[in-house]
Amino acid sequence: MLKTFQLGGIHPPENKLTAEKSIQKMAIPKVVYVPIAQNIGIPSEIIVAVKDTVEIGQLIAKSGGFVSSNIHSPVAGIVTKLDKIVDTSGYKKQCIVIRTDEKNLSNFEKIIYPLKTNIELSSTEILQRIADFGIVGLGGATFPSHVKLHINPDKKIEYLIINGVECEPYLTADHRLMLEKSAEIIVGIKILMSALQLKKAIIGIENNKKDAIALFKNLTQNESKIQVASLKVKYPQGSEKQLISALLKREVPKNGLPPDIGVIVHNVGTIFAIYEAVQHNKPLTERVVTVTGKNLKNPANFWVKIGTPISDLIKEVGGLPEGTRKIINGGPMMGKAIKNTDVPITKGTSGILVIAEEEASRKKTENCIRCGECVFVCPMGLEPHLLMSLAERGLFERALAEDVNSCIQCGSCSYVCPSNRPLLDYIRFGKNSVKNLTLIQN
Amino acid sequence: MSTSSIIVSASPHIHADRTSKKIMYDVVIALIPAFLISIYIFGFGALIVTSVAIISCLLFEYLIQKYLLKTTISIGDGSALITGILLAFNLPSNLPLWMVIVGSLVAIGIAKMSFGGLGFNIFNPALVGRVFLLISFPVQMTSWPTVLENNTVFADAVTGATPLGIIKDGLMMGETMTDLSSKLPSQMEMFLGMTGGSLGEMSALALILGGLYLLIRKVISWHIPVTMLGTMAAMTGIFWLINPEQYVNPLFHILTGGAILGAFFMATDLVTSPMTKKGMVVFAVGIGVITVVIRLFGAYPEGVSFAILIMNAFVPLINSNFKPRRFGAPIKSKIIK
Repeated sequence: MLKTFQLGGIHPPENKLTAEKSIQKMAIPKVVYVPIAQNIGIPSEIIVAVKDTVEIGQLIAKSGGFVSSNIHSPVAGIVTKLDKIVDTSGYKKQCIVIRTDEKNLSNFEKIIYPLKTNIELSSTEILQRIADFGIVGLGGATFPSHVKLHINPDKKIEYLIINGVECEPYLTADHRLMLEKSAEIIVGIKILMSALQLKKAIIGIENNKKDAIALFKNLTQNESKIQVASLKVKYPQGSEKQLISALLKREVPKNGLPPDIGVIVHNVGTIFAIYEAVQHNKPLTERVVTVTGKNLKNPANFWVKIGTPISDLIKEVGGLPEGTRKIINGGPMMGKAIKNTDVPITKGTSGILVIAEEEASRKKTENCIRCGECVFVCPMGLEPHLLMSLAERGLFERALAEDVNSCIQCGSCSYVCPSNRPLLDYIRFGKNSVKNLTLIQN
Repeated sequence: MSTSSIIVSASPHIHADRTSKKIMYDVVIALIPAFLISIYIFGFGALIVTSVAIISCLLFEYLIQKYLLKTTISIGDGSALITGILLAFNLPSNLPLWMVIVGSLVAIGIAKMSFGGLGFNIFNPALVGRVFLLISFPVQMTSWPTVLENNTVFADAVTGATPLGIIKDGLMMGETMTDLSSKLPSQMEMFLGMTGGSLGEMSALALILGGLYLLIRKVISWHIPVTMLGTMAAMTGIFWLINPEQYVNPLFHILTGGAILGAFFMATDLVTSPMTKKGMVVFAVGIGVITVVIRLFGAYPEGVSFAILIMNAFVPLINSNFKPRRFGAPIKSKIIK
């Protein structure tokens, strides 16, 4: 029996069009737009000025606080502007614009790092490196990794869980990375285990990536501390809480975090970024992005410099097809729709999905027939229909009592609702209103 | 490129292709076997009563939406169609047609539209219509044509009692089950539907087929039908074991009357049943117990419709008291803080 989480879950069509396509290196963009708000928490602070010359990997914006991260230049070039541009959030955000210096050869050097397995840095050095080199959660949440790794001494961590689930339909960035950088990921896991003195690690991979499971099982044959677990395909298993529940049958308390139950979780992409930072002194300046959609000519996986405009990627896969109605930053379940392709790739962009009318448009909202589907699929055991009606009527205190804050915004309720009710929209509204309410009360 | 056609909306960006309409028409499909059997058994009468019920339900919903509520017409959503079919299934096949029309008006007008239409009604509309007719016209509502002999004649059908009615009357006259057994149909006859009764509750086989279809299509879950029939079997089983001369066996109770129809099609009505699995179990136990109490100790031989309506009234209470298990029990030390 394959493992999976207990409460709720859905099975949307997987549509992993790019699972067989190896990761291509994107050409160096002429101009990069590097937003300074690339992590959850406090935005970074710009430390360069217009007309400054910057090198690849040079620090250009420093961490603005504890829950913040450093940002490094993805290219060698000249800072041409410090401007506000619309980023993937849909809001105008401060951004560093760098024109690539086409004469600077470092931009075009093909560096192939040999696999380096022996870990030379000490525990503190590793943690410092992760903070210095701007590593954030690459699964999409962009939570600064050093914050996650800063464990309160009264919490005893038993397990490091590596999230290779990639439960969002269409996306294959993590899948390809696992296939192509498996040895490096194993070293990355060992780096974290040695930094935190952990005894056990589990790599969780859904069963639709059998090749990756086999590869990791093979690589970890002689590793007594690292296990590979294959999971039943079910959305939203890539969510931290659901993944822990699937692997260990432990539930993160609703007012707690994974360390409260002895676990920390990192995405495979983050593990690879940590490997490169620790072993090869490379800050986080590029990532894997899946560019996909049923009507695209050549959907593909790319290594992309942070700050590359999405339009460059779309061009690379054959241009926007006729009849495109939505461009999504991320997957179809939790990604954000963006207005145009001028928006740059950030540390949190795992995919760009282009969809046409039939999939994109919402259908007419009808009366709730009280079928209870939303309740059955909710992975947090909530009652989405109730939360929606409470939010609709402005009863935020009751929504709070009904655990609206436990919602992980996976969208399963809206996905299944046979009456096309915008459940998650109202729940988000409820969550935000509850947040404002508590702010006022305090 | 032109960005004017690009739309922006919040996630999720994809949707399952299951709609309320598809669910409703799945229920209609599931009712077809039982409908065909009832035409075979009762002939033209079954067809006429069902057609009149369907047409008047749709018509009343249309008229109310158009002239009273002045809202969009939604008679195509399949829900009024189901109400019509289920109402007809709960009527004798020789009921005067004007009564069928009155029943439809009560079902749609009072039980459904006055509460706000689809999704807002507390009570199962078809059952409200049926119970209204049963109380208003007890004689016509409990005179059933005898089976098969007259399936081509509509007007002058000979009436016969239901198996449950035979037992109720017999036991009140002081007869024992042994005395009554010769008057009762065999269990196989009941399973196939060759007994007296309302037009759609006849064949357990046809209804179970339809119920299985609903289970396979995931329109309903097993919780309500299995719990309700299980409760009935357990409770009647206890009485039967204590005194088999006064109480009939559990299988008889499940195969007769509206038990199967109620368990698969009426109690499982999405709108009027609880929204959590725990709640469904509580709801179905309630229906089972009330049905058995009415059948064994009440004035009426049959109690499924009353039991479902009574439990319908408890659904809001059940929903707020039997919630799904929330993920992640909170840490106590943090609550105090």
